[in-house]
Amino acid sequence: MSDAMKRTDQHPLDDILRSDRLPHIWCATCGIGTVVKCFAEAIQRTEIPLDDVAVVSGIGCTGRVAGYVKLDSYHTTHGRAIPFATGLKLANPRLKVVVFSGDGDLSAIGGNHLIHAARRNMDLTVICVNNFIYGMTGGQAAPTTPNTANTSTTPFGAFEPPFNLQKLLEACGASYQARWTSLHVRRLTNSMTEALLKPGFSFVEAIAPCSTLYARRNRLGSGFDLMKFYHDNSEIQHGADPREVDISFQDSIIVGKFIDRERPTWQQLNDAQHNRSLGEKYFRHDIVEAGGEVSDA
Amino acid sequence: MEKADSKRVLTGSHYLDGDHACTEGALAAGCNFIAGYPITPSTEVVERYSRRIPAIGGTFIQMEDEIASITAVLGAVWGGAKAMTVTSGPGFSLMMENIGLAAMLETPCVIVNVMRGGPSTGLPTMVGQADVMQARWGSHGDYEIIALAPQSPQEAFTLMIDAFNLAERYRLPVMVMLDECIGHMTEKVVIPEACEIEIRPRRISTKEKGEYLPYEIGADMVPDMAHAGEGHRYHITGLTHDERGYPAMDAEVHDKLVRRLCDKVREQADDIIMLDEDGMDGAEIVLISYGITSRVARASIEATRAAGIKVGSLRLQTLWPFPEKRIGELAGKVKAFVVPEVNYGQISLEVERCAAGRAQTLLVPHMGGGVHDPAVITRAIEEAAK
Repeated sequence: MSDAMKRTDQHPLDDILRSDRLPHIWCATCGIGTVVKCFAEAIQRTEIPLDDVAVVSGIGCTGRVAGYVKLDSYHTTHGRAIPFATGLKLANPRLKVVVFSGDGDLSAIGGNHLIHAARRNMDLTVICVNNFIYGMTGGQAAPTTPNTANTSTTPFGAFEPPFNLQKLLEACGASYQARWTSLHVRRLTNSMTEALLKPGFSFVEAIAPCSTLYARRNRLGSGFDLMKFYHDNSEIQHGADPREVDISFQDSIIVGKFIDRERPTWQQLNDAQHNRSLGEKYFRHDIVEAGGEVSDA
Repeated sequence: MEKADSKRVLTGSHYLDGDHACTEGALAAGCNFIAGYPITPSTEVVERYSRRIPAIGGTFIQMEDEIASITAVLGAVWGGAKAMTVTSGPGFSLMMENIGLAAMLETPCVIVNVMRGGPSTGLPTMVGQADVMQARWGSHGDYEIIALAPQSPQEAFTLMIDAFNLAERYRLPVMVMLDECIGHMTEKVVIPEACEIEIRPRRISTKEKGEYLPYEIGADMVPDMAHAGEGHRYHITGLTHDERGYPAMDAEVHDKLVRRLCDKVREQADDIIMLDEDGMDGAEIVLISYGITSRVARASIEATRAAGIKVGSLRLQTLWPFPEKRIGELAGKVKAFVVPEVNYGQISLEVERCAAGRAQTLLVPHMGGGVHDPAVITRAIEEAAK
């Protein structure tokens, strides 16, 4: 138990959350806050020094996460959290760099970066809050919106085939992949802990309710009803074939840890190839060495 | 100022094209991170960097597109790198949103644009100078950047060092606007000893943990930086923000922020602007040029001077901020400005604005794909002198 947790005048997560920014902007019964709480606990559990953790977000409801964590945190442009995080990680490999963003930000406008970061096995942990919709802009369809769902831009029902992000990233080469709902706080926290400690590209998808827009437009009931739906319809299948975990409208949600495999990271591949080609001439270089000094050496 | 690292400086006389000279300038300036995407006619810059950097120490990553390239550069800078990206017109267009983010987050970085003919795919292998207004205004909102324009491979080398130093001094994106001719022109480039090259170190906050505010400013309106991992655990955002870096979306905070982003450059314009002038005493005509066009116009200047016309030459090494004060002064003294450029009128519009009707501005356009015939510029000077 950390010192912060023993003290009675502090919330156990005060050391990780920016309490001076509360209250947050998220709606009542939104799932993002729960996912952030799981993340904060996972970070504590990994015992990675908080000074060494950086969080990068894009734009959208989940994009605001960077602003609520008391870590080096960067709220960037729409879809570009992953390339920003890539630069951050390569400049200072000592950092644990986490991308925290939504399904639209990561898989629509940022889709190209998502697949290439997985292909490179860039050493990043990507936490994707998937609420099937664009919340911040008022409930438009996303690449993850299940067929027939009503959104403000599919008023007669969504008809485009949605992304199964797990299948996409398995094909690209991610090292670690898991999916839970915001109801599964313990399992989600466990998976985040594993993902944070896993070298290479790790991806945790957190299915979360957007009651203000998605649930209301589709008459799915209250926040409690949404949690009950997750409870009754989530099916834990560790090691499930990512090709088989599509999500259909108000149908069962396959959750679990799907992928956990060993692949060299971009940095390891870069070093290995240059070592092979250049031998002693290759100068393995960390732009920032321990202590945070800018080094030319 | 510090001295350059001798390991990074290829001291000696070389025969280099402008793109390769640009790489050597970046290395000498301490650039240890490039993220880029291939595009003609700029690719030679990163090709040389990817060959040179493994034995020197630094990272090259070829990203999936130009948007990723500029954004990775920003991340790398906040991680502690001196970073740049390299592109040409179409890629420059793709970078614009995150150039705005660089301006908003006050991220020191360098963007090289080896200009080709546009719009769109235009003339991939042929010269243009039509991105100079985009360099200034390409991203949305009000902000200021610095843009430099070399006229030779030698100057590509030296202006790269200036670009990195200016980026660190003012904490903003600095653009080095080569054109295809300068990029692919091979000439003698003399690279000095490392100890003769001045490098401006990053403005790193000396505040204790818990005391640092990312956008707290001193007298010069430029805040000090902190890299990720230094223990400050700060937040920054592309949203309008206060000194703490926190979103603060109201008109008052926005006014203060936007004014500062612009005024930190506008108020220091005299220190930033580099001009190369000759023959200004008693000039009745001033030829204003930059990049390859200043080389082409030499013949026209010499020809018209020989014919008895008093022609001054004002070469813009700095395109932005624009030398409005100097041009305003000259406008009161000279009859006309002649502005040849490989576009359909961009810098000429700025000249016209600064002249404010006190001297005539004569654009000599060339749409791109080649340089001017000096005879055309000569005729324009003769016309202006009538």
